[in-house]
Amino acid sequence: MSLNIIVLAKQVPDTRNVGKDAMKADGTINRAALPAIFNPEDLNALEQALRIKDANPGSTVTVLTMGLPRAAEVVREAIFRGADGGIVLTDRPFGGADTLATSYSLAQAVKKFGNYDIILGGRQAIDGDTAQVGPQIAEKLGIPQVTYAEEIIDIDGKSVTVKRRLEHGVETVKAPLPCVVTVNGSAADCRPRNAMRLMKYKYASSPSEKGNLSEEVKAIVDARPELNIQEWGAAFVEADPQQIGLPGSPTKVKSVENVVFTAKESLRLDNNDEQIENLIKELIANHTIG
Amino acid sequence: MANFYTDNPDLKHHLTHPMMQKIVALKERDYSQAKEFDYAPLNYEDAIDNYDRVLQIVGELCGDIIAPNAEGVDHEGPTVKDGRVTYASGTQTNLEACRKAGLMGMAMPRRFGGLNFPITPYIMAADIVSRADTGFENLWGLQDCAETLYEFGDDDQRSRFIPRVCQGETMSMDLTEPDAGSDLQSVMLKATKKEDGTWVLNGVKRFITNGDSDIHLVLARSEEGTKDGRGLSMFIYDKRNGGVNVRRIENKMGIKGSPTCELVYKNAPAELVGETRRGLIKYVMALMNGARLGIAAQSVGVSEIAYREALAYAKDRKQFGKAIIEFPAVAEILSVMKAKLDASRSLLYECARYVDLYKVYEDIARERPLTAEERQEMKKYNKIADGLTPLAKGLGSEYCNQNAYDCIQIHGGSGFMKDYACERIYRDARITSIYEGTTQLQVVAAIRHVLSGTYATLIEAYAAEETKAELQGVKDVLANMAEKFIAAVAAVKEVNVQEYTDFMARRLVEMGGFTIMGYLLLSDANRNEGFVKSLNVYVKLIQAEIDKHADFIANFKPEQLEYYKY
Repeated sequence: MSLNIIVLAKQVPDTRNVGKDAMKADGTINRAALPAIFNPEDLNALEQALRIKDANPGSTVTVLTMGLPRAAEVVREAIFRGADGGIVLTDRPFGGADTLATSYSLAQAVKKFGNYDIILGGRQAIDGDTAQVGPQIAEKLGIPQVTYAEEIIDIDGKSVTVKRRLEHGVETVKAPLPCVVTVNGSAADCRPRNAMRLMKYKYASSPSEKGNLSEEVKAIVDARPELNIQEWGAAFVEADPQQIGLPGSPTKVKSVENVVFTAKESLRLDNNDEQIENLIKELIANHTIG
Repeated sequence: MANFYTDNPDLKHHLTHPMMQKIVALKERDYSQAKEFDYAPLNYEDAIDNYDRVLQIVGELCGDIIAPNAEGVDHEGPTVKDGRVTYASGTQTNLEACRKAGLMGMAMPRRFGGLNFPITPYIMAADIVSRADTGFENLWGLQDCAETLYEFGDDDQRSRFIPRVCQGETMSMDLTEPDAGSDLQSVMLKATKKEDGTWVLNGVKRFITNGDSDIHLVLARSEEGTKDGRGLSMFIYDKRNGGVNVRRIENKMGIKGSPTCELVYKNAPAELVGETRRGLIKYVMALMNGARLGIAAQSVGVSEIAYREALAYAKDRKQFGKAIIEFPAVAEILSVMKAKLDASRSLLYECARYVDLYKVYEDIARERPLTAEERQEMKKYNKIADGLTPLAKGLGSEYCNQNAYDCIQIHGGSGFMKDYACERIYRDARITSIYEGTTQLQVVAAIRHVLSGTYATLIEAYAAEETKAELQGVKDVLANMAEKFIAAVAAVKEVNVQEYTDFMARRLVEMGGFTIMGYLLLSDANRNEGFVKSLNVYVKLIQAEIDKHADFIANFKPEQLEYYKY
């Protein structure tokens, strides 16, 4: 049984190695100061997709990413690790999108893509930490969603069985296909880039990138379809201009503050059960613990 | 998120050595394979970019997976049950990562599924892997054996076995036995030809690294009644056929993740490689030369990690109100460690480049007759490679041990505890100057080149290279060392007593080897200012060493040899 798998991936600033110049004066992220990387949990999702492909020869893994044209880097990286190809959803009107507009745009791209069996993505991206885009896409496509996935245990032509990592344990669920599965960072790490694939696909380019290639390399890319990364625009995916980019984004960032936690007061307890119990109750009541 | 390739710019310096132009053009047959294979390079820049990017994968795996696993592997080690070996869990993870990354069969031709890398970038990967986990380098590095299979097997054997190695099956070279260690001529494992023309093996092998591998190259006695190396042949044993069991694995001091096995062969089916009687004298010699280069790379990798651990500790550890690196005694140790590391690495890659050059001509000769000029070049490069290999292995492994010792010294009392990586590094380093021929045997191999003038010719060529004005002073010092080396060789030759030459061999080999490393660092510094410091420290160090040896030889009377006899 061969399956058509879509992996949602995002190119994000590497917020794990934040330097002094990571934020601009207005509180927004200074993307120029941070290296752009493959969102880590999207790599976990890619690994799950590649495992499905390994177990079901003939399956295809297509990466779908929305962003600037340079997000083609994410597609290449995925191809080096085993994906078959990818699409960069990029167009000026997509700019400034919040999660609502992003999920709408991606859902439109998925509809355009058509025949798919399962969509996998990371639980959340490290630049926004919202964890909203995957579930919103499922809603917009009207298909089931399984979040916090740690492992795809089984998949057949009709359904997928998924182990979910929840706060207090694990849960195994079964969902009909097609569906959206968002994958946790606790899932298996993504396999490394493969040396032979890297050499084979290193010149894979999107139409916007082709201009930078030498004539010799451009001719090779033109002659080999597998080296062409697709670029889709707003009109191509038939997106409603009012639902994408800034117009489609009700979220407005008012301000961003740097919050540093400091202790304001302290409480002294005597060493007896009653006082300790009262403290525990208080902490449970204000949701500090429990 | 460490990358052991990109965090060490010295590697790229060696990867982009000017000689690589010629090596890569020959290896890629003037870039003619791109039509046939979609991952073959278009030109030199494209090829170097391929090596660079693949080494980035190696560096990432080493930094993120293999190095973090090293301590666990050292503690857990492999186990044996019912004749089969199970690797430590970390080793299994490492191997799986290398397979997925396609880092097996790196130097094999594309038609067998390999990456067709020259030896130089492949050896660079070995250098990086060894820094991450010395013992794991053995398992990964045994893909070297495929080279021997390629060189001496027939086309049928190549196409059956090499693709399996490229897919990630492991190999071993089953040479030594309880009574045949350094002296491989005494190998007794019996190969018997059956009536149907096939072979079976019977007997015992000992100290076999990765002895439960998938594909074994076995040295066995095919000629009944013979006693010496001319009765030995090489065979392939495929584990899928069964017949070889692991009786035990050794409890070693270091490289504990690498299973060292005792093997029992009971009517194990095997196939002959090449011709009978050529097993030791031709095939194993080639195999060992490759393996020695591998150990030279392993040694450099260990030197690297020893230096890094020592440097980090010396910057971090405060005594008497300051970091200990600020004390001259500590700083000197570190400078010398770095100089030895850089010198041995320069020698390693110089050697790898000459191995590349002669092997690529050998390979071209499998396709078409070489021109007279090419044949002459091949012979010349082969000789240089044969001369440099025992130096790179012998001197590199001694430096690696010295660096591991100094790494502990920098750590002081903490270094003697099991809490820091340096104690593992120290244990892992120890084998490098022993296996694949002890340092003493490397001296036996190298002294031939001292006496025949291979090194002197090489040194002459180095001395003729252009040097920047500011490095001229160091170059003059090196020229003076070369003179002392030549004079010492002449003095020993003059005595013309075999026993005396053998006694002085180590000193002469060191004088030549040190001088060569000095010139190589000069050439590095000429191309890259980052090496100027190491060049100066190294030349200071060896100037004193060479004077010491020269004095010893000058003050020694042949009759004093009597004092050294038992």
